[in-house]
Amino acid sequence: MKSLLNNIKSRFSIKDVTEQRSNLVFIDVARESAVPLITYLRDYEGMTHLVLLTAADWIEENEFQLTYLLNNPEQKFDIGVRVRISREKATMETAHHLWEQVATYQRELKEMFGIDFPGSPGVDKPFILEGWDDLPPYRRDFDTKKYSEDTYFPRPGRESNDPAEYMKKKMYPNEK
Amino acid sequence: MRSNILNITEDRSQFPEKNAEGKIDVDLSSHKYLKLWQGPQHPGITGNMSLELTVLGDEVMDCETHVGYLHRGFEKLMERRKYIQCFPIVCRVAVPEPDFNEYCFASAMEELAGIEVPEMAEWLRTLTLEMSRLQSYLMWIGGQSGAFGSGIIGQWANYLRDLVLDRFEELTGGRIYHMYQLPGGVRGLLPDGFKDRMEETLQTIEEFMSDIEKVMFNNAVFKKRSVGMGYIDPSWVDKFGITGPNARAAGVAKDIRKDYPYLKYDQLDFDLVMGKDSDIYTRADVRRRDLLLSVDLIRQIFAKMPEKGEIKAPTPNVLHWKVAPGETYSRAECTRGEYGYYMVSDGTEYPRRINVRGPSYTHAVALLEKMIINTNIADVAGLMVSLHTYPPEIER
Repeated sequence: MKSLLNNIKSRFSIKDVTEQRSNLVFIDVARESAVPLITYLRDYEGMTHLVLLTAADWIEENEFQLTYLLNNPEQKFDIGVRVRISREKATMETAHHLWEQVATYQRELKEMFGIDFPGSPGVDKPFILEGWDDLPPYRRDFDTKKYSEDTYFPRPGRESNDPAEYMKKKMYPNEK
Repeated sequence: MRSNILNITEDRSQFPEKNAEGKIDVDLSSHKYLKLWQGPQHPGITGNMSLELTVLGDEVMDCETHVGYLHRGFEKLMERRKYIQCFPIVCRVAVPEPDFNEYCFASAMEELAGIEVPEMAEWLRTLTLEMSRLQSYLMWIGGQSGAFGSGIIGQWANYLRDLVLDRFEELTGGRIYHMYQLPGGVRGLLPDGFKDRMEETLQTIEEFMSDIEKVMFNNAVFKKRSVGMGYIDPSWVDKFGITGPNARAAGVAKDIRKDYPYLKYDQLDFDLVMGKDSDIYTRADVRRRDLLLSVDLIRQIFAKMPEKGEIKAPTPNVLHWKVAPGETYSRAECTRGEYGYYMVSDGTEYPRRINVRGPSYTHAVALLEKMIINTNIADVAGLMVSLHTYPPEIER
């Protein structure tokens, strides 16, 4: 792992390295270095298994964080490549040419976070939601409570009873 | 000859012809192609998803997986709930295997909070994960045989699964969703006589599995329809992110229990269940042998686990617990492959972001869409079930 980190530090501009545990390291890189870095890791460092690609919304800093979690099946360790992109201009270079499932991940991120991946196959097609025209729902500023109050009508629920009172009335109706 | 009627070219590798985008040009008005929806209401589909098939005659030319019929926004819901309130949510991500969700969520949280789980709790967690594997395989075996027209095996398997659920009910109080694992440990010890009753259940399962082997795996129709069908090339394993029995049936040794031993798996004696032909039959056989391995592992767990011990590490008040900021990824081997939780904490009482990595995300979309081309409509269900897909973990 150490020699791998030295290799990539000499080739890419790494912002920060966080060792979470002995077999999991997170690397923060600039946006333009992310896809070249994961390509290098896949092709030269044996990180051939893409575990997941996901995003987190850091709304206070007006940024999205994308995490590409790669795994080395031979040497049994993981590297999470983290990249921050602006929320205002949420676009990222596509990586669908590296693994077949990436197009699905990117399609979902476009739908749920509004992060665009120009050139990714079917990225504009709805994946999970159908006919959605609101704010992308996994953004932190999407208010789920307000959405459900605006969209769905309230249904009257069952009347709730105090169990002790209810049973007393039912079993001893004449008793006061 | 069918090829003359439909004018199919003899070279199957060039068929159907694709355009520059890698898709076939479907002109429905030509009456050559037909769009066929398999699901969401269809006996040959797993859970709530549908396959939009483009067929020529009874041969599938193109396929698109559609999900979203069961989207409940679990990941978003968890951002608005305290960590302890997430436990009733995570188990619902995968109905057949709720315990893997509970374990991955709890262990990610424990890692960030720096909590050591007591040994007894680790043994009990290992036990519930193997029991969960057992009942999930039993559910699958009914689906796989049913997809090829043998309904009786599904009835046997459901009976056996019910026996395992009885044991779960004794141990946890719940049959399907258990919420047995909590941050720091588990909720309770084994009830009196549990080991004996579990042993009876395991013996019943073994007896039935020997019948199932005769009726399903030695069945001429099942063999004829599954041998050589649905081939996964070993080179696809990394390309498509294939894990679990689907990878092991292709001869690629991938099992989190061995590769990244968690809980007490490093103290259990087992070899990986492998296959090499990588077709539907091999995948089914790998799962059958993996099921029997679970039976063996449960016996080993009972033999090696202590009788009594601490089951929960001390934790802060769960209603006001601020988990230390950080990120981690926790994984486990479920029946379908690698299950994982990516957790981001910002140091508050609520998780910042939870991402569930379910194996079906890759198996049921990118992989299935590729494998299904050139199969017959009648084999679609069997092929899909052979990947052991489960839609809710795609749409979380």
